Amino acid sequence: MDITRFISTHRKLLLVGLPLLIILVFLTTIPLYGGVYWIRLLTVILMYVVLAASWAMFSGSTGYMSLAPAAFFGTGMYTMALLQDYLPFPVIIVVGGLVSFILALLVGLITLRLRGMYFAIFTFGLVVFMSEVTSYAEGVILKSRGQHIIPIDNATIFYAMLIITVVTLLAIYFIRRSRLGLSMLSIGGNEDAAEHMGIDTTRTKVLTFAISAIFMGAAGVITAPRLIYINADIAFSLTYSFMPILMSIFGGMGQFYGPIVGAIVFGYLEKTLRAQFSTYFMLGFGIIMVMVILFLPNGIAGLVSMLQDKIAKLRKGDEAEQHANT
Amino acid sequence: MRILEGQGVTKYFGGLAAVSNVDFHIDQGEIVGMIGPNGAGKTTLFNLISGALPLSSGEIRFKGQKLNGLKPHQICKVGIARTFQETKIFGNMPVFQNVLVGAFFGSPNRVPGEDAAREVSQALEFVGLAAMSATPVKDLTLVNQKRVEVARALATKPELLLLDELMAGLNPTEISEAMEMVTKLRDKGITIFMVEHVMKAIMGICERIMALHHGEKIAEGTSQEIACNKTVIDVYLGEEAHAGG
Repeated sequence: MDITRFISTHRKLLLVGLPLLIILVFLTTIPLYGGVYWIRLLTVILMYVVLAASWAMFSGSTGYMSLAPAAFFGTGMYTMALLQDYLPFPVIIVVGGLVSFILALLVGLITLRLRGMYFAIFTFGLVVFMSEVTSYAEGVILKSRGQHIIPIDNATIFYAMLIITVVTLLAIYFIRRSRLGLSMLSIGGNEDAAEHMGIDTTRTKVLTFAISAIFMGAAGVITAPRLIYINADIAFSLTYSFMPILMSIFGGMGQFYGPIVGAIVFGYLEKTLRAQFSTYFMLGFGIIMVMVILFLPNGIAGLVSMLQDKIAKLRKGDEAEQHANT
Repeated sequence: MRILEGQGVTKYFGGLAAVSNVDFHIDQGEIVGMIGPNGAGKTTLFNLISGALPLSSGEIRFKGQKLNGLKPHQICKVGIARTFQETKIFGNMPVFQNVLVGAFFGSPNRVPGEDAAREVSQALEFVGLAAMSATPVKDLTLVNQKRVEVARALATKPELLLLDELMAGLNPTEISEAMEMVTKLRDKGITIFMVEHVMKAIMGICERIMALHHGEKIAEGTSQEIACNKTVIDVYLGEEAHAGG
């Protein structure tokens, strides 16, 4: 039969592709029947997926711990605040991505010669710097504290975030499989060796750092109208730097889907549990993180591949036994 | 033909001259050895050639082209590859991917995927690691990690290969295999410049040897000439004789 043959030859594609298609159909149709609560919840989860996946694309593979997501995310928010009266929403999303890209390019050129700890601290400082400068400039130039964003309906925000999520994940998927992905991994493995194998490590690091900032900036633009009011503290909140890192560690950075899983789980827990049990939530969050780091250094993705290995070994054992019996 | 030539090569670390006014040359198709006590400046000289460190003064030319100011990734593309004294591998990546990095990025032109995969297979075949291409490199023994480094360097298609203490930490059988491998590399048309402490290896395969001491070149010649050289015996072999005796 044609259908059975199709299924057997394209089994892997179907196994991955079908669930993805179902999820995508579910997500695109949810504003038609889901309530406001669900739409807003999913928007937040998608935002974290974008932040975690793009953070892990750069930091997970090169080993350069960036604490800068909040800087690019906040830049996106302020791009929205300043341009909302002049440009249409979709154009601002693109502009926000580009502004973050340029900011990351400049920062990267200065700092990516720093290694390890120093880079992490500099990117941390960048977030504080952006926050202070924005706050000061607002007071002096615009004579205001914070910015009001004209509200946009929930469904539009949701669809915008969904599109950015799909674009981000596709881009990261292909980058991971490309030569650029291999050169990032080898920088993470041993930067000196990578440099001696013909990789322009500075160029690779600056470029990929800036690419990851595009997605963070775009997500910031889309998030601004959801908050209605933003100021420097809200836009450049360090939560936006730390959450993606914790989510990526929880999900596991070795696999493409690791940070996505981490963002979905923690995004959901944060939105649902934090409101009710704010103190206990942070306590539970801390305990879970410690447990994961101690017992699952490669996160959920690491656990999954470990189980896969075990199952494969068991199967092999069974086959060997059958051979022995016959 | 001179493939590599250094004139007045000097490197200062603060006030200390790690390499001081060294003139040297490597001819095409040669195996040249470099010896010297610890801290003589051998690895520093390699780092100057491969671009890991900038020169304080002097100049290094590769086939007539000045290398001064080039970055390691540019020097690799020119045709000089190296291995490291302390292995620098991509530990979490499989053997195949490690070597693939060299094949993809080591050439000045873009290498198509199929060609790169073929080069990797050939390089792994050459160093005898074809059966382990899927193993993460961190799980390999030291000798096999060193072979990965050679295969990775080989995949960049070098004309000149710098081997920094390839034999250090290997057992006698592994040393003989490594010596054979170095000779085979030369037979493939690759010029070899090697730093080595294993005297049996360096005396056995090098056509010419230079000796460094306190950053200065104190002797140069065939293995016989070096073995009989009074200065070399005093500063280097002499020390060892005392230590051994």
